[in-house]
Amino acid sequence: MVLSDADNRLIAEIQNGLPLAPRPWAEIGARLNMPEAEVIERMEALQENGYIKRLGIVVRHHELGYNANAMVVWDVPDDRVQAVGDALGRQRCVTLCYQRPRRLPHWPYNLFCMIHGKDRQRVLDYIDQITGELGLQEIPREVLFSGRRFKQRGARYR
Amino acid sequence: MDDIDRRIINRLQGGFPICEHPYREAARELGIGEEELIERLEKMLEDRRLSRFGPMYHAEKLGGGLSLCAMAIPEEKFDTVAEQVNTFPEVAHNYARDHQLNMWFVLATETPERIGEVLEEIERVTGYRVYNMPKLEEFYVGLRFEL
Repeated sequence: MVLSDADNRLIAEIQNGLPLAPRPWAEIGARLNMPEAEVIERMEALQENGYIKRLGIVVRHHELGYNANAMVVWDVPDDRVQAVGDALGRQRCVTLCYQRPRRLPHWPYNLFCMIHGKDRQRVLDYIDQITGELGLQEIPREVLFSGRRFKQRGARYR
Repeated sequence: MDDIDRRIINRLQGGFPICEHPYREAARELGIGEEELIERLEKMLEDRRLSRFGPMYHAEKLGGGLSLCAMAIPEEKFDTVAEQVNTFPEVAHNYARDHQLNMWFVLATETPERIGEVLEEIERVTGYRVYNMPKLEEFYVGLRFEL
């Protein structure tokens, strides 16, 4: 699928949020001079083709009581990254899991995951639990809790 | 925050229906009225429990650049540098973390090439090195918060 000009206008129009009205797609269509049925069709295609990863609520986790957020970083041997990443990604408490480049000598870690919890102790307990369950005790890791948050906004597109 | 709000949050982090009456359909599944769902979403957005109600895009597929960056900033310079870094509109979130690399932010740019340019610019303005750690592989996660 190649994005058309109409798709791009639609992507830009809804990036900050959907209308909270009974027929949101009709409203978007009115703004874009596009029939409701066409908006719906384009939205379905954007979602099916992975341009839209998900549609719905994006939470502010601090405001919902998830006060501790830890970035847990691991130095996994390259030939095990895929397996360990897949296993970590399946854990309920893990909200993101990425492989990233090491930056030697200052930064030896190549696997990053985010773990959110109500407080730091809870997060540390989760980490102990998954380390044990997945047999990751031998893999060097660090836990970077977040302190102050300076800025939080969604990325802007178009 | 009551049980209905909680159910709305747990059910609607993704999966919002794409049809003529999506709120009605989602509300039916939750066992509440369409109007109530809309009102509750409005309220939760207003008091900032929700960041937004809409799409989460795949940045790279839309042709954008995305990267996680870190810097090591001496404590006494931290606030000044944070301010300088946050001035860049491409900086999405910025968190202090307890490590020698103590400032972590996400860069989101319109094109992948812009990442490098913005990084250089940040290094020039602040005088500190930026460690660029773009994602190499994404492992599947639900990316959901259960309440």
